[in-house]
Amino acid sequence: MSETAQAPAVRLTGIDKRFGAVQANRGAAIEVRPGEIHALVGENGAGKSTLMKILSGMLAPDAGTIEVGGRDVTGWSTAQAIAAGVGMVHQHFMLVPTLTVAENVVLGREPVSVGTFDRARALREVEELAEQSGLRVPADRLVADLSVGEAQRVEILKTLYRGARVLLLDEPTAVLSPPEVTELWKVLRRVRDGGATIILITHKLDEVMAVSERITVMRQGETVERLATRDTSPEGIARAMVGRDVALMVQREGAPPAAVPAAGTGLEVRDLVVRGARIPRAVDGISFSVAPGEILGIAGVEGNGQTELLDALAGLREAAGGSIRVGGVDLTTDSVRERGDAGLSHIPEDRHRRGLLLEYSVAENLIFGQQHHFTRRGMLDRAAIDAHAESRIAAYDIRPADARLPVRALSGGNQQKVVIAREMARAFSVLLAAQPTRGVDVGAIEFIHAQLRRARDEGKAILLVSAELREVLALSDRVAVMYGGRLVTVMPRREASEEVLGPWMTGAQRGAVA
Amino acid sequence: MSRLRQVFEEGVLAPLVALLVALVAGDLLILAYGQAPGAVWSLLIEGTWGNAYGFGQVLYKATTLTCTGLAVAIGLRAGLFNIGGEGQLAAGGFGAAIMGLWLPSTTPALLAVPLCVGAACVAGGSVGLVPGVLKARFGAHEVIVTIMLNFIVLAFLNWIVSAHLAVPETLHTEGVRAGVLPRLSAMIPAFHGSAANWTLAVVLLAVGATWWFLFRTRSGYELRAVGQQPDAAEYGGIHVGQAWWRAMLMAGALAGLGGVNFVLGYKGYYEDGFAGGAGFLGIAVALVGRNHPVGVLLAALFFATLSQGGLAINALVPKQMVEVLQGIVILAVAMAVPEVRRLVRQAAGRATGRAR
Repeated sequence: MSETAQAPAVRLTGIDKRFGAVQANRGAAIEVRPGEIHALVGENGAGKSTLMKILSGMLAPDAGTIEVGGRDVTGWSTAQAIAAGVGMVHQHFMLVPTLTVAENVVLGREPVSVGTFDRARALREVEELAEQSGLRVPADRLVADLSVGEAQRVEILKTLYRGARVLLLDEPTAVLSPPEVTELWKVLRRVRDGGATIILITHKLDEVMAVSERITVMRQGETVERLATRDTSPEGIARAMVGRDVALMVQREGAPPAAVPAAGTGLEVRDLVVRGARIPRAVDGISFSVAPGEILGIAGVEGNGQTELLDALAGLREAAGGSIRVGGVDLTTDSVRERGDAGLSHIPEDRHRRGLLLEYSVAENLIFGQQHHFTRRGMLDRAAIDAHAESRIAAYDIRPADARLPVRALSGGNQQKVVIAREMARAFSVLLAAQPTRGVDVGAIEFIHAQLRRARDEGKAILLVSAELREVLALSDRVAVMYGGRLVTVMPRREASEEVLGPWMTGAQRGAVA
Repeated sequence: MSRLRQVFEEGVLAPLVALLVALVAGDLLILAYGQAPGAVWSLLIEGTWGNAYGFGQVLYKATTLTCTGLAVAIGLRAGLFNIGGEGQLAAGGFGAAIMGLWLPSTTPALLAVPLCVGAACVAGGSVGLVPGVLKARFGAHEVIVTIMLNFIVLAFLNWIVSAHLAVPETLHTEGVRAGVLPRLSAMIPAFHGSAANWTLAVVLLAVGATWWFLFRTRSGYELRAVGQQPDAAEYGGIHVGQAWWRAMLMAGALAGLGGVNFVLGYKGYYEDGFAGGAGFLGIAVALVGRNHPVGVLLAALFFATLSQGGLAINALVPKQMVEVLQGIVILAVAMAVPEVRRLVRQAAGRATGRAR
């Protein structure tokens, strides 16, 4: 087969896309040959999804050209993209649970006879398509009764039914169990063999190695490397994804040796099991401890059980097994309030969902979670609340310095400062810091990091969970990697680097310490 | 400063806009009926705020509406839509009547009144508690449960009154022996003939207490937090389910208090069907009152004025016109609130945009 003679199925060149201050794509390019499975890889925020949204017509590029099958289609709409056979398989299923598989697949393109929906023909067509493509799903079942893997197959069927010749899959395995992943690869190969071209967005290296033929690597909005899968290795891809020349934010100096905490101090977690919404063991029996005066950073791709772990530690989700101790006291079954009073402080990963009451004033938010300590005979102690707010606003330079303003009126960085100012004001010995600088500007990041280090130096035990690998490396004394609900490795900070952690984070390197 | 402005924009401006819309719509309706708007409006004011009897009737109706309005407002503050005011109100009236019938007629008022009022709150609160507990325990949707419970409670009361407690040939109980609240006319003769009674004072106290509870106590802080963002409330160590059933208990008790107005203050007995839709109108009262106790009080006065005014203008236009007006006010408030906020914010955005 002469590969060069054929026009590429998809070619994007010089794509620029800016969202406000963020340059999501910077001269990004990708070229995909007809009939291949092409992996588009990169870290979170590298611009992969933006590039694919541009290809599918959901976003218009600021600059650059889009060619599909040799035709310049720059700036087309989603409807035009679908008509031209470019289909996005959505990560969040867009299916109607009360309709059958066949009804979902044909939705919007229903076969009609004499002005009414031809159910029998829809069923027949979908069954034929399922047979041809190998996407085995019972066409007459209700979508509500399907497993996650089956629902995803319906999404792919839907795209194929609309005549897609180029399929874009955005992180398709995020919600699948390992056997379902294996099944998905089989299906994709079969669809590819049927003549379709597939672009797979992922940051999991094992997937790239397992299924793709060629790879485009993105980093910080740019295309940095194009590789043939058979000529590379997971290490090679990881290097390209992370880049050698990435400067860490702040290097830890003279990190203390990996602490072996004395029993009865800090945070001790033993054999913790937590159920997830979809996965029975989102946290799959993990053990670790954080000593006073230590920051243990947990790195890992999001969705590997970090949220469930934090929820269980904070008392927001029941532990299905194992134990949690703070300062030697077993808190496994204690309520959120009891844990707080026992010395557990918690910066939640989502300040809008958990951490703040947006309509409440800054002062009211600064006591949130500790309101029972600002109460006298059932009444809020307004003088104490105001005094507390004043001192916190001054100490954390929260702007504007108006305790009566609703928190909604503050910028993201100042909102996060409210959360951190509050959680640092508790009497605590253990701090759970989840994504402490998410969506926060650079100045506030510096400040928040300084606060975390100071707390550590004051002898607090800090568990840091962050999707930002660089943040983990900048702050931690020890680094652990969470993958598939387990801590797959724990190492002292000086042994850790992005290159070392990358393969653990993507599951390319395995072995459980816990 | 900005807080005052926010209060003004949300609490005052929106209802005023709604009132204006209703006024214009009313003008058109009156014109369509071939009457002069000015004459009808002045008759409406004359028949309500213009004489002591009419004003007394407004106060009487507003008393019940304040209670049912508070019952909806406190539910909404906790994030629950309490449609059960009608059943809670009826149960409250029934509770008051049973206590009043049971107590010996020699019971001193100082003891009998609190006992009867308490019985009304307990009865209304129990009816409110059911959807609260079902929501907290099983996640049953409070809208469905409160609606269905209205039927159950009203049918049960209808049965027990008509089958066991009614004076023959009627649908009401005997007169209570103790706990009757005197009418205002006993003190201010000008109110003669109007049903306004001292329940009004109790309800004013309830308005103050509800405000104090919501905005000054820790439980109120937590209840509002649950209404605003249950996930955050959970993170803040608040037992969300507990806050829910407590809110519904209070809502039911407040609606139940409204039953006192009719039973102990007006007729002196329980009569089947006395609630007459006041429970449902409480939804509108809470909506127009922006779920604020003082707002609820003002909105109750407004709706009571419309209701009483409908009788006054019946000579010129059909009294159903005020029901149309009520509907228009509700629609206008529902739309005006987000609308007004959006417009004001846009204007502010343009102003700051120019400043930059």
